[in-house]
Amino acid sequence: MGNVLELNRLTKHFREQVALESLDLTIPEGEFFSLLGPSGCGKTTTLRLIAGFEEPTEGEVWLRGRRLNGLRPYERNVSTVFQSYALFPHLTARENIEFGLRHRAGGWRADAPQRVRAVMEMLQIADKAERKPAQLSGGEKQRVALARSLVVEPDVLLLDEPLSALDPNLRKQVRAELKALQRRVGITFLFITHDQEEALSLSDRIAVLNAGRLEQVGTPQDLYLRPKTRFAAGFLGPVNWINGVGVRPEATRVMHERPSEEVRALPATVENAVFLGNCIHVEARLATGEQVVAEVSRLNGTFRHGEQVHVWWREADELAL
Amino acid sequence: MNRVRAWCLAPTAGVLATLFLIPLAILLGYALLTRGAYGGAFPPWTFENWQRLADPLYLGILGRSVAVALVSTAICLVLGFPLALFIARAGRRKHLYLYLVILPFWTSFLVRTYAWMFLLRDTGLINEALLALGLIEEPLPLLYNYGAVILGLVYGYLPFMVLPLYATLERLDPALLEAAADLGARPWQTLRRVVAPLSMPGIRAGSLLVFIPCLGAYLTPDLLGGGKTILVGTLIQNQFTNARDWPFGAALSLGVMAVVMALLMGLIRRQDEGVL
Repeated sequence: MGNVLELNRLTKHFREQVALESLDLTIPEGEFFSLLGPSGCGKTTTLRLIAGFEEPTEGEVWLRGRRLNGLRPYERNVSTVFQSYALFPHLTARENIEFGLRHRAGGWRADAPQRVRAVMEMLQIADKAERKPAQLSGGEKQRVALARSLVVEPDVLLLDEPLSALDPNLRKQVRAELKALQRRVGITFLFITHDQEEALSLSDRIAVLNAGRLEQVGTPQDLYLRPKTRFAAGFLGPVNWINGVGVRPEATRVMHERPSEEVRALPATVENAVFLGNCIHVEARLATGEQVVAEVSRLNGTFRHGEQVHVWWREADELAL
Repeated sequence: MNRVRAWCLAPTAGVLATLFLIPLAILLGYALLTRGAYGGAFPPWTFENWQRLADPLYLGILGRSVAVALVSTAICLVLGFPLALFIARAGRRKHLYLYLVILPFWTSFLVRTYAWMFLLRDTGLINEALLALGLIEEPLPLLYNYGAVILGLVYGYLPFMVLPLYATLERLDPALLEAAADLGARPWQTLRRVVAPLSMPGIRAGSLLVFIPCLGAYLTPDLLGGGKTILVGTLIQNQFTNARDWPFGAALSLGVMAVVMALLMGLIRRQDEGVL
């Protein structure tokens, strides 16, 4: 399988402001790829450049070997799930889903009603077909938006923080469904998010962006365990920085007695210990003054404020930047 | 609380009752009375004024007035829609453009209509210029015809179309336009399938605000249309002045009102049926 999407030194400036600087990315067919970063990092700009809502200042977008620069959004075979869903309020769910089939190249074919029905059944919204968006719940609107974009069978589906408008309980459920859906339809997903947990749990690969620049691309494991920059390390999860070495809280251990010589260990004072059920969240201050956070199994004993302890970790668990 | 509300509404209710309902009742009374030799309205009671409305002469004038008002409204819509869309998408400059749209209101409508006469008459600016340039041999008949009337009406009432259209278009979520393009719709398809349906409230409001005053217009047809283009506004005015037939003038006024009311009811019913 080849690459479906290629970004080549893609750059976007808004007046004097750099939104995106020379981004190179290659996304193979069928991948669930996430762009992860804080707001203003350039992830939404990247999506808008691919969709054609903005034109790049420099660089190129290639889709299945076709250069997209200069093409209007309706000339590009990508489709977008908008953050606000952007459903047409005057059309029913079914009419919203039919919209793309009526206007895209090829037009309304004989099998169109069948395709609309199939996608509605897949997303379990067949019984909501004749409702207007105002009569749908947040989760239902999201499904209609997904159905509307999927039914046109785009080369790449662009998803602009599609889970952010849902309430937290629903978000986890929809996240799992989204992953299953992507496997089922096999379409390449380009997923925009600022939520590292979402990116880690959904993606085949993730690109971390910061201030318009690419920090690192890799699998979730690569990024979490082998981050190349301090920013990538910190954005994917909390890190204890001890003498310039990064250790994740779950790899940081705390014990009362002195550990063996083979591991790295430092004396510390417990500042706070919170029982969270499945683990104990221990905050300790090292003699050097640095604060360390550890997630310790409750089987390793109890910790109290002011206790002298030893903080230790294995060399293999250090983040090598 | 209800008491406070009642007192707050009292002045408005009072003004409407004295300046609107009572004159309307008087008009209805006049329309059922007989004309006096020097104006006024006197017994006996009669339906004769109403029967005269059915006279083909007057029906023709009413029909022509409706046609002129419809054409003017349609032109306002065709000109106003792109303008309103442009202003709604103009970003920080939209306040300036809105200000320019309502700028003509700063001078009297009468003065502005006279200005059109200076432009359009045989010895007006346009004809003089064309003659001087040798493009025409004789002045073009620009004034005193239906074209001039419609021009004046469109000029005068265009802002009433642009403002409500702007109000609905400005609220239109730009993401909807992007979504339409993203789904393959070309600009005119987006206009037809997304923008136009979603701006129907503005189109309805603007069309009513233009059509109603155009139908009853007196000043513009009288000044720009001259004696050859009698429309219903001029006809009514004539009944109360030269013709000294107040009862028939009253019946005509109420007839025009009936046309407008019927139209309004129809539109309101359609608005209730739609979700928007």
